Amino acid sequence: MRTGLTDRRTDPGRLPSEPLLTASGLRRSFGRTSALVDASLSLHPGEIVAVMGPSGSGKSTLLHCLAGLVRPDEGRIDYAGTDLTQASDTELSTLRRTEFGFLFQFGQLVPELTCVENVALPLRLGGTPRRRAERTALRWLERLDVADVARKSPGTCSGGQNQRVAAARALVTSPRVVFADEPTGALDSLNGERVIRMLTDTARENGAAVVLVTHEPRVAAYADREVVVRDGRTRDLGGLG
Amino acid sequence: MSLGTTFLGLLEGHPQHGYDLKRAYDEHFATKRPLAYGQVYATLSRLLKNGLVEVEAIEPGAGPERKRYTVTDAGITDVEQWLTRPENPEPYLQSALYTKVILALLTGRPAEQVLDVQRAEHLRRMREFTRRKSQGDLAEQLICDHALFHLEADLRWLELTAARLNDLAGELAS
Ligand SMILES: Nc1ncnc2c1ncn2[C@@H]1O[C@H](COP(=O)(O)OP(=O)(O)OP(=O)(O)O)[C@@H](O)[C@H]1O
Ligand SMILES: [Mg+2]
Repeated sequence: MRTGLTDRRTDPGRLPSEPLLTASGLRRSFGRTSALVDASLSLHPGEIVAVMGPSGSGKSTLLHCLAGLVRPDEGRIDYAGTDLTQASDTELSTLRRTEFGFLFQFGQLVPELTCVENVALPLRLGGTPRRRAERTALRWLERLDVADVARKSPGTCSGGQNQRVAAARALVTSPRVVFADEPTGALDSLNGERVIRMLTDTARENGAAVVLVTHEPRVAAYADREVVVRDGRTRDLGGLG
Repeated sequence: MSLGTTFLGLLEGHPQHGYDLKRAYDEHFATKRPLAYGQVYATLSRLLKNGLVEVEAIEPGAGPERKRYTVTDAGITDVEQWLTRPENPEPYLQSALYTKVILALLTGRPAEQVLDVQRAEHLRRMREFTRRKSQGDLAEQLICDHALFHLEADLRWLELTAARLNDLAGELAS
């Protein structure tokens, strides 16, 4: 599914003209609730976009649609030349495993595995042998400054440590897009800051784009620009200032 | 009188010439532009008049820079009091912005746009500070964080106001 977009190290100041992900006219209801009414978003390779807006405005639904976790009722989602709304479940799950990384508010690490095993998991699911997967995982834990908890279980780590382990897991496959939904939502300012700084730094170093859902302006300020969602509609306020 | 008190603090334990004082101040506190000499000597002569500093030594020659200043006991008390007294919590609510929102609603203009434009500008500033922070040392980070938290407070007010625009319009119409 890799396409002609070869240079993944993108300077966010000079975005290539071709977006990696383009969604337009997204509509999605749950029963009688309209979660998304008319949402659009485009994401360039290596770009970090913050998605903000009041609680219940549709931010998570938008992220889930973009990541192929939820199918919109209407609208188009083009990812590197593929229409995600038409893709099969198998195609979507392959895409999520190989091209995307995920990070949620509560790390959602597997409690029965050690931290390094958690980080290695996406590689193992992709068929990488255990030792090599764990070696790579350990390198990512080092980059996120949590190598010291590699052999511990998530239950014995702090929230900030777990969240950095989860960030390592989101990045371990070198995804082209990281989807992060309130990654600092459960952390205090200092730890939230560390997580978001390390996430955005490492994403930039790897040329990974990030869709960052957050209600914290200080967290959004790590992005290149922001999109605001209100009542299921997106408003693009620009950025890169 | 924060510049004067800052001078007093810098002089504590370090008698200095006006020039050194300016350099020390610029190094630690001047985030926008360096202090002007005129301001340095005006401040020192005020402190002198109020008995908060005294001239410890005068070197031969001409010009104000030959005096070495030292802080007096009264000056040290001044520093202590300043450090222990809380600052007046500033009302960061921006009256100009509030006026704009009300005026927009009263004249049937899109108040939401007023808020969005401001919001974008605030976030642009916040991105600037965030970038500066990531390149700076710890002192620089603290200064940037202070600005960031204040901008964030403003932004939260903008968000809250945006969410209440319909109610506000209703109240103004009644
Ligand atoms: N699986 C679901 N089933 C039913 N309703 C849903 C579902 N997912 C979302 N909704 C509804 O859709 C609307 C938008 O939800 P969404 O989770 O996208 O909001 P959000 O902006 O992420 O909010 P928050 O900031 O609180 O996380 C809400 O009214 C929510 O209750
Ligand atoms: Mg949500």
